[in-house]
Amino acid sequence: MPQKSYIEAIRDGIREEMRRDERVMILGEDVGAKGGVFGVTEGLQKEFGEWRVLDSPLAESLIVGVAIGAAMNGLRPIAEIQFQDFIMPAVDQIISEAAKIRYRSNGDWNVPMVLRSPFGGGVHGALYHSQSIEAIFAHIPGLRVVVPSNPYDAKGMIVAALRDPDPVLYFEHKRCYRAIKGEVPDGEYTVPLDRARVVREGQDIAIFSYGMMVHASLEAGDRLAADGFSCEVVDLRSLRPIDRTAIVASASKCGKVLIVQEANLAVSVASEVAAIIAEDCFDSLDAPVMRLGGPEIPAMPFSPPLEQFYLVTPDKVEAKLRELAAY
Amino acid sequence: MAMTRTETKARAGLDAETLRLMYRHMLRSRLLDERLWVLNRQGRAPFWISAEGHEAVQVAFGMNLKPKYDWVAPYYRDLALTLVLGMTPKDHILSVLQRAADPNSGGRQMPAHYGCRRLNIITTGSPVGTQLLHATGIALASRMRGEDAVTLTSIGEGGTSEGDFHEAMNFAAIHKLAVIFLVENNGFAISVPWQKQMPTEDVADRAKGYGIPGVIVDGCDAIACYRTAREAVKRARRGDGPTLVEAKVLRLTSHSSDDDQRRYRTAADLEADKERDSLHRFKATLEELGVLHQGDAEEMRSELVLELDRATEEAEVSPFPSADTAMLHVYSETGD
Repeated sequence: MPQKSYIEAIRDGIREEMRRDERVMILGEDVGAKGGVFGVTEGLQKEFGEWRVLDSPLAESLIVGVAIGAAMNGLRPIAEIQFQDFIMPAVDQIISEAAKIRYRSNGDWNVPMVLRSPFGGGVHGALYHSQSIEAIFAHIPGLRVVVPSNPYDAKGMIVAALRDPDPVLYFEHKRCYRAIKGEVPDGEYTVPLDRARVVREGQDIAIFSYGMMVHASLEAGDRLAADGFSCEVVDLRSLRPIDRTAIVASASKCGKVLIVQEANLAVSVASEVAAIIAEDCFDSLDAPVMRLGGPEIPAMPFSPPLEQFYLVTPDKVEAKLRELAAY
Repeated sequence: MAMTRTETKARAGLDAETLRLMYRHMLRSRLLDERLWVLNRQGRAPFWISAEGHEAVQVAFGMNLKPKYDWVAPYYRDLALTLVLGMTPKDHILSVLQRAADPNSGGRQMPAHYGCRRLNIITTGSPVGTQLLHATGIALASRMRGEDAVTLTSIGEGGTSEGDFHEAMNFAAIHKLAVIFLVENNGFAISVPWQKQMPTEDVADRAKGYGIPGVIVDGCDAIACYRTAREAVKRARRGDGPTLVEAKVLRLTSHSSDDDQRRYRTAADLEADKERDSLHRFKATLEELGVLHQGDAEEMRSELVLELDRATEEAEVSPFPSADTAMLHVYSETGD
């Protein structure tokens, strides 16, 4: 099976679906001739033309609002927001409109739109090119929020998102783009938009994570394996709806839980996972649920020592795991 | 004395049937509107937000669109527009009474949050201005499929202060999309007069910044509204791009049933508006042209009131949505 990078896998999924379904189009800043600032849409305008890979003006509310309208009139648009940090002007369109259109029309209308956006830090992006604000959207009924962590899922989930009849927010960790490679089958397949996946089975500690932090968790788990502790690593993949069954299964099985995310912890995805475990796994726990995430500061600073302070690294995950193991 | 058909057409530029139908649409909307106010004041409906004073331009556009083929992204004052396109008084009474059969939202949204897929009227929420971008996206999709469908979207002058107004006009103009931006300027955004909303009197002036036509029409002159609508629709259908139409309309009622405009408007101002009411002016014009004869308007009114009485009776016995349906339609239940 061919080895591909995460970014190639997203592009392959989009390209194949655009070949199969002429309703699929892309709208965003620099998506055309440049192929996006990270290169996700490279070569697509050449193949599909200027209308289907359409450079938008520099206006995020427009990108999402126009995509909503196009979706209501039969297209399957991908709205690209260049950095998740710049999604704010579009939040009214996402939360007030896309998320509520099916509900408020009593099922008369729906919005089959995919919104793609890179997130996450560790790329010297400072406050406004590093944020992880997925929790804002994971709070909102009516949206689907997914974060693939590997090339196989990246392709299968973008295809599934494009076929889903409701708005899907598809967030890509920008450090995954070129750092993460893996096997990606040629041709058509989909990955469900509402299922977590056990990436590695283990017995002692369940680690719940998503995006780039899955890889930090795997690496830290490896280090503990040498000392006889086995970690089960669960990739949440979907943040809304969240896979409660999978969370309960792994937490109950292991009895000790660490939740790892790059975002700061207060009122976050980790909070939700911890709450589910508190509700459903109380009798199975052997230790308090632990969480690891970014600090409670507004966003990631620029200078390397400050950036490193913010980031969740395999070292930090390992330290938390050892704390849990010793409990 | 009644004029011949040719003479009428020559004076109004429209034939007698069109003029008569236009008046009937305006009257139908006004009577429904008045009925909804009554239901509110009787305590049978918690809320109403009116279209009184806006009817002429809405009817003009509605009559120039092809229902079910063209698209409409309306705002909350577009009662008359929805009626012309095929929604019924009963539909809206069901909505005001929050019944399950309300086609706009099944009783989920406040009244005047219009929407009807069957008629290509998109669902609307409460945030102001978002619909302008939806209309632009709808027009983009029509354009990409090579269709000549026209999309009409509307907003009040207060809504033109929102960023989405600029973003939508800009994009529609760049790609010459078949969108008509209709600004129903009644001079007030709830209590804030236009002078505190914008530095210049005419929203239409802003069209220059996008290189598209900006047209001002007297929203109290039904015939002028019809001609303006016809031209804007033709232009869009030809593929010549968007038009910004600003209709200077009247807000004959308070902003909503929860507002009292006597707190911020003078009695003289309110009286003057009543004098300018398009419905009365249009009736007088049509009588003068011989399109309406003695007793015609009264006959029309009785017939429409009868329709309203029936609609009200039927809506009042229509069931409320059951609580267990509140969880439905968050996501697709069938996957399509």
